[in-house]
This record gives sequence, structure tokens and C-alpha cells, in this order.
Amino acid sequence: MLKQLEGSHAVAEAVALCRPEVICAYPISPQTHIVEHCGELVREGKMGNCEYMNVESEFAALSACIGSSACGARTYTATASQGLLFMAEAVYNASGLGLPIVMTVANRAIGAPINIWNDHTDSMAMRDAGWLQLFAETNQEALDLHIQAFRIAEQMSQPVMVCMDGFILTHAYERVSMPTQEQVDQFLPPYTPQQVLDPANPYSIGAMVGPEAFTEVRYLAHEKQLQALDVIPGIAAEFKAIFGRDSGGLIREYETEGADTIVVTLGSVAGTVKDTVDEMRADGKKIGVVTVGSFRPFPSAALREAVKHANEVVVLEKSFAIGFGGVVANNIMMSLQGTGIHVHTVVAGLGGRPITMPSLHRLFDTALKGELEDMHFLNLQWDIVNAELQRQREQIASGPTAESILRNIQTDTARGTPTPAAE
Amino acid sequence: MFQVRLHGRGGQGVVTAAEMLSIAGFSEGKHAQAFPSFGSERTGAPVVSFCRLDDKEIRRREPILEPDCLIIQDPTLFHALDVFQGLKPDGYVLINSTKDWHELGITDRIAHLPQAHVVGINASALARKHVGRPVPNAALLGGFAAITGEIHLDAVEKAIATKFDGSIAEGNIAAARAAHAAALGMELSDA
Amino acid sequence: MTKELTAEQKVKFYQKGTFTVGNRLVDADNRSVQASMERSNAITSGHRACQGCGEALGARYALDTAMRVTGGQMIAANATGCLEVFTTPYPETSWQMPWLHSLFGNAPAVASGMQAAMKAKGKKTRIVAQGGDGGTVDIGFGCLSGMFERNDDVLYICYDNEAYMNTGVQRSGATPGGARTATTMPVGEAYPGNVFGTGKNLPRIAMAHNIPYVATASVAYLQDLEAKVEKAMSLEGARYIHVYVPCPLGWGCASNATINLARLVVETGFFPLFEAEHGKVTATRPIRQRVPIEEYLKPQRRFAHLFKTDAGAEAIRKLQAMCDHNIAEYDLLREGEETLA
Repeated sequence: MLKQLEGSHAVAEAVALCRPEVICAYPISPQTHIVEHCGELVREGKMGNCEYMNVESEFAALSACIGSSACGARTYTATASQGLLFMAEAVYNASGLGLPIVMTVANRAIGAPINIWNDHTDSMAMRDAGWLQLFAETNQEALDLHIQAFRIAEQMSQPVMVCMDGFILTHAYERVSMPTQEQVDQFLPPYTPQQVLDPANPYSIGAMVGPEAFTEVRYLAHEKQLQALDVIPGIAAEFKAIFGRDSGGLIREYETEGADTIVVTLGSVAGTVKDTVDEMRADGKKIGVVTVGSFRPFPSAALREAVKHANEVVVLEKSFAIGFGGVVANNIMMSLQGTGIHVHTVVAGLGGRPITMPSLHRLFDTALKGELEDMHFLNLQWDIVNAELQRQREQIASGPTAESILRNIQTDTARGTPTPAAE
Repeated sequence: MFQVRLHGRGGQGVVTAAEMLSIAGFSEGKHAQAFPSFGSERTGAPVVSFCRLDDKEIRRREPILEPDCLIIQDPTLFHALDVFQGLKPDGYVLINSTKDWHELGITDRIAHLPQAHVVGINASALARKHVGRPVPNAALLGGFAAITGEIHLDAVEKAIATKFDGSIAEGNIAAARAAHAAALGMELSDA
Repeated sequence: MTKELTAEQKVKFYQKGTFTVGNRLVDADNRSVQASMERSNAITSGHRACQGCGEALGARYALDTAMRVTGGQMIAANATGCLEVFTTPYPETSWQMPWLHSLFGNAPAVASGMQAAMKAKGKKTRIVAQGGDGGTVDIGFGCLSGMFERNDDVLYICYDNEAYMNTGVQRSGATPGGARTATTMPVGEAYPGNVFGTGKNLPRIAMAHNIPYVATASVAYLQDLEAKVEKAMSLEGARYIHVYVPCPLGWGCASNATINLARLVVETGFFPLFEAEHGKVTATRPIRQRVPIEEYLKPQRRFAHLFKTDAGAEAIRKLQAMCDHNIAEYDLLREGEETLA
């Protein structure tokens, strides 16, 4: 059924269709509308016997998920940003215990400086925590990925993070096709846990493992993620058979045929990139896009295959490893080792800075002309950076950087319009 | 693609207006995308929201830089920021005010626009009359349907009924009808 | 309910011919509570706790009681700590009940999730969470308060040995003033051991949440502990029992001093035993034979330095004052009441 819904509500309704048994909630922008709507659906009796727990922190939220999942309940939570970091210890724990929890991350920057807007720093900080990480491009895909996530999680006995861009998707109203309960029931069987805490058959779970076996435990977790490289496309194919649309999978290609330059990106910016690519293709420019749907496991082979005829790859990412460079780009360079394909890193959209088509046009044109540097910060305001560097050179007691910059910068952000300087 | 940028202040339902507009577009079979300007704005602070309408899937997610239409829910914003930024040369401007353009200080900014594309409606007064509160957002959508023709009044009414219940919905629908008539230079007999 | 889980677990006599297994060898009628045929041995023998471990003793009695009351329909969540480490040296485990260890600071939240799962599934299985004093009064405090505030159906048991023993005896929020730990080493007159802060009385904090049941217990009074666990399991909602468990290794006392110290701490008034329901004290255990705090401090090397300096003497006076305060607060010297042996 077609509906015009806010992304957060679309996700909450999709979660409801998955018949969760326990939902743990702690509010953080921009995740709030998801857990609020989940709570509403529970109260309205639209989630059966689901227990909806309001807890006192994100650490408690995921910890309670660990308890309920270990008792064999289908379990869901959602978080973002600081919240994901606050639960970091439990993030690793949940995957180590092999618990098929599904968690939405409404992607948001990490402070300081505190920033509630979108980028991918939060999910990327947890990229090696043993969770599968699926990135949604649209609200339709966010909705679909949640349904697939429970299947993948329960089949692999591993937790899955569904990453959707905070505000840009969570707060956007757009058309979604909401599946029927019958379709979801056909796709997602009841949860049969591989290990469960049950008095009739008592297990001890969570024992200490020493150097004699820890490497093997970790390797097996890796092996499971490698197996997921086959499972994820298989489940996406099954999904298509029942729901009739392409959603999920490892990567998605767009206009890659004959492309000399291929942009690799992930998340909601892919739509803006595709519109830009259409305009450039119309001008005869050979450019295409690959969207990474699964960041963990990382689809190295699929990616290598998709870009093998290109001369260069431009990685457009909303994350940044300070002191090194691109996070996604690093994974892609690893995957393309030995192919001779040149990889450029473009860091964009940090802390919610809009990624606009005019700036993408300029960026991609520069790349096509062979003039793009290896590491590029899209729309970085060099005048502000240089002024602050100069000030720091002159004043030894330099004070807090963020506040110094804000004092000097003329921005419309505080007045509610997009920063013109982003253009 | 038809792109609308809505300016107002926190508490005036600027974000809800964009959402309702997208629902109205959807109900007419269009693709529609509405989103807020992602701020942590409190009551009274300037707020922006956006809505795109198209006949095919809308993929881009940049803020609307070159709107086809501006809906100004609070005319005091003209002094606070450049709301006209990027407006297309043949764009529309719908203002929640019946003061003359000179008094609002925008004569120069709208001089190049087609005369019929700039319309003022006292939507706050209509809302106060029909809803009991001066929240102009739903009424202005009635005006939007009238001046742009992008959606029909009955789609606006459906969207309002989706977002609100009972007497609030009825009041807002009445306000939207009155604003629609006002924008067309008519007066409803009961308005 | 499976009978095998609830009672009559076969006890393996590893040391036949010694007195180690105590009166398990006598007829069922003459057996003491320790060797009762009713025990589930939730933590069975063969674990790796130190000699004289108060925590192993307290946990065994608490959990066996809870298992008995629930007919074995129980799941335990465990914080990181000695109890977790010494019971699960995999591939061995001492737990003859479903048991989960997640993290140090989240046992109350894990337990909350467990009870939510049981509610969702319509099962009657009850949840017990447990941790040491570090896992309870310090790092797990936020989760514990949340569990209390929501009144989740969980019994949380804190085994308090007054420091981080698992990591090598570092100070916790439950370490008494003046005590020596690896991070509160006494240095001359200036630093006579742990600071005297304002204290962190978790049973009182639990009571401030108005939860259905709060109790303190000591491993010197095992029947009292069992009665309190039984009472707790007869109630629903959030319940808290704070059990005083001496640690010979961490306290620098003989391993056969555990019970004596657990008794002295009560008889000095330093650790009053009481029960409270919905925020009000409902019962206290009067002191049978009052003893000065020195008698409790002297057998423990963690307090030895207090007997050497003036600053130490001042610290002892402060500790005695705390006992006096408790005795007045809980009216522990009242007469004419039966007390537990």
C-alpha cells in the first residue's frame, strides 16, 4: 500500500510488521520519531505482546536488548551519534554474544563541538564492532532493510545495524510502499534462537576466553561476516520475489557502463549524486555511481567487479578519520589493491553541511579533467581555516577552536537557512 | 519538478505545512518530498521547510536553493534574513499579510516577478477565525493551491484531514478554503 | 518445572574421609541447611573461588533459595567480577541454571531486558541479577537506578566485599573510610587509607526509589539471608538485597575468619541488618552482644595501619561514630527481642 510518510514512521511501521517482542528506547535526536512511533504502535495494540521499555541511557537500552535477545525474544532498538558511542561497550558485547538484535542508527555527527546534524561518523566509529551495517539510500529502502535485517540477523545469529541519514531521511516525508502483514510473515518466520536462556536446558553464556582461543573466536566472527556476503544478496533476492522491488543487497550500480570515473558513496546522498550524473551523462560525460549498501561485511569483490573498467574512483563519504583520511575510501583502496585504479577521497557533508548538485558538478568536472587531488574536502572554507590557523600562530593561548571560529564566521545556520558558504 | 520553500517561526507549523503539502501532492498521484531545515529551533526562532513535487521519483536531497514558490508565514522575517534567496525569476510568493508591499519593504525584491505571482493573505486572521488560534500554515496551503495550480484545494483538504482530527481539522479546512478564495480575489459567503 | 533442577542434585564427594562435605553424610533428617537435599546447587562445587570466599557462600545460598522458591524457573544475569570469573572457567561452568554474563556495568539492564522478554512471551520465569559492590554501587549504578525506577520484576543481589577484588583490591564507592586498598595506600599521618567521604549507602538509595523490598544480609547469618531471599521472591517488582561478604584475600584476614568478620560487622553496628518495604524500614536485627569497632578491624590487615598513628586513631574514632550512629538510627540495642543465632 502506498503511503506518504515520515521516514521515522515508515521505519517504525516496518518494525511493527516484523512482530518484535521487546523494544528498548532512549531518545536522541534524530532518532526520536522512530521510538516515539514504536511506542504509539505498541500502545495502540499494533505490536501484539511487544514489551516497550523506556530506559535511562543508550547503554541500558542495548544492555536490555542483550538480556531480552538472549532469552529468545525478537528485539529492536534505535539510536544515533553520542548514543551509539555511549552504548559502545554493549555494541561489541552484543555481537560477541551472537545476539540477532536489530538497531536503527539515525546517522548524526559526533561532538565536540556538539552537532545534531547528519554525517556517518557514528556508524563508522562502530564499523569494526562485529555488527553487520546496512546503509539506506531512501526511506523505502530504510523500511525494506529493517524487514531484511531481522531475517539476516536471525539467520546469521549476528546483530544488524540499519543506518539511515538523520533528518535527511528520518524527518523526510516521502512516498513508501508499505508491505502487508501477510507478505512480511511469509518473508520473516518466527525467531528460533540458536542459543537461548531457558531453565529447561540451562546454558551459561558469556564466559571468559583466554589467549588459547580468542583469535579463533574472532576469526569465526569474521568468517560469519564473509558468509553474510552470500546471505545478504540471497535475502535481497527473496525479498524481491515477495515484495516485488529491489532493495538491499551488497552494492548498487548506476550508469557504470562505460564510465571512466565512478563515484562510490553510501546513504541518502546517492540520490543527489545520481541526479548530477544524469545531467553530466546528458552532456556526454562518462561518469557513473556505485552505492555501497552493506558496509559490514564490506563487499570488496562486488565492488572490484563494478569498477574494474573505470580509470578512477571518487569516494564521496560523510566520515573522516582525523589524522589519516577517508574511512570508506580506505576500505575501497584495500579492495582495489593491485587494480591500478586511482582512488580519490572526498569528505563531504560533515555535521549536516548540505551536499548540493552545483558543488557535485564542480567536483566531478574537476575529477574528469584529472585535476582532483587525492584527498579533498568538499566546500571547505579555507578562509576560515586559514584565519584560525593564523590566529593560533599569533596567540599561544588560543582558546577553544570551535568558539573562535563561530565568533568570526558569518553564517545563516543560526537563522535557520542552509549555509550559503556551503555553495 | 516544482520546489517550494516555506519560511516561518517555530510554533507556526512551518514543518507541518511542508508535510501537509507533500501529502496533498501524494493524494493527487504526484511524487512529493518534504523535509525540515533540521534545526534545534525553539518557539519563535526562524524556521525553514521544503517541499518538492514531481511526476517522477524525487532523488535529490539538497536543500531547495532555487524555489519555484516561497510561502512566507511570518512577514517579520523580511527584516531578519534574505528569504528571497534563489527564487526563480517567474516564481511565486505567498505572504501571510495583507499589508502593501511597500509597507513590508519588499517592493524592490518582487519588482521583477509577474504581478499575479505575489499574493498576500491574512492567513493568521483566517486561522484565528476558523481554528481559534492564529496558526497560518494550513490556510496558506489553500492559497498555494489557488495561485500555483500545482495541487487542488480538495487535496489540501485531504492532507489537513490526515494531519489533524475533529474540529481542528474542520477549522483548518475552513481556513484553507477561505484563503483559497481570498487568493483568487473572491470572498466565501461564510468567510 | 523440571524436578532435577530444583532439588536433590547429586553432590559429588571429592574428598571422602574428610570433614569437607560436613553433614551431607548424615541422615537427611539430621542435616543442616547447608547439606539439605532440597538444594538445587545453582552454583555447584568445583568453582575457583578463593578459600573462605564470602561471595561464593552468599551467592550459593541466595540463588539456591531463589531456585527453591521459583521451582527452578529462574534466569540469572551477572555483572563482570569475581563471581563471574571464578564460576565460568570454560569449558567448565558452576551454573546449574541459565546464566548470562554481559558486561561490568549493565547487569541490572540486562535483567530488565530478560524480564521484558519473559513478559512478552507470557512465561513465569523469574530474573535475578547479581554483582559485586563495584558493579553495583559504582559502574552499574545508573542501570540499577533505572531498573528500580521502572519497578522491573528483578531481584538484584549485591555481594559487597568493599573493593574491586577481581582486579586486585582497588577502592570502590563501598570501601570504608580508613581502609587500605591498592589505590588508597596509607602514607604516614597524612593519608591514613581511604578517604572518609559522605558514603554511598546503596540500600538506603534503593529505598529512596520506594521499591517493594530492600534488605541487608550478612553471610554470618545464612538462614536470615535465605529468609530475605524467600521474602523477596514472594514479591513482584524491583527488589534489592545487599549482602555483606568478607574477602580474605582483599581484606588481609585468615580464610577461616570470614564468618566471624561477617558477624562482627553486624555486632559492632557497622553494617546493620534490616528489611524495608516501599521505602520504609519494616524490621531490623538487634545487636545481641555489642562489640567495639576495634574487634572488627584488628583481624584485617587493610586496617592494620590505623593502630599505628594518631591519624589512624582518629579514623577508628570516626568508624566507631558511624557504628554509634547506626545503632541509634536503627535502635539496634533495644531489648526483649529474639534474634537470629
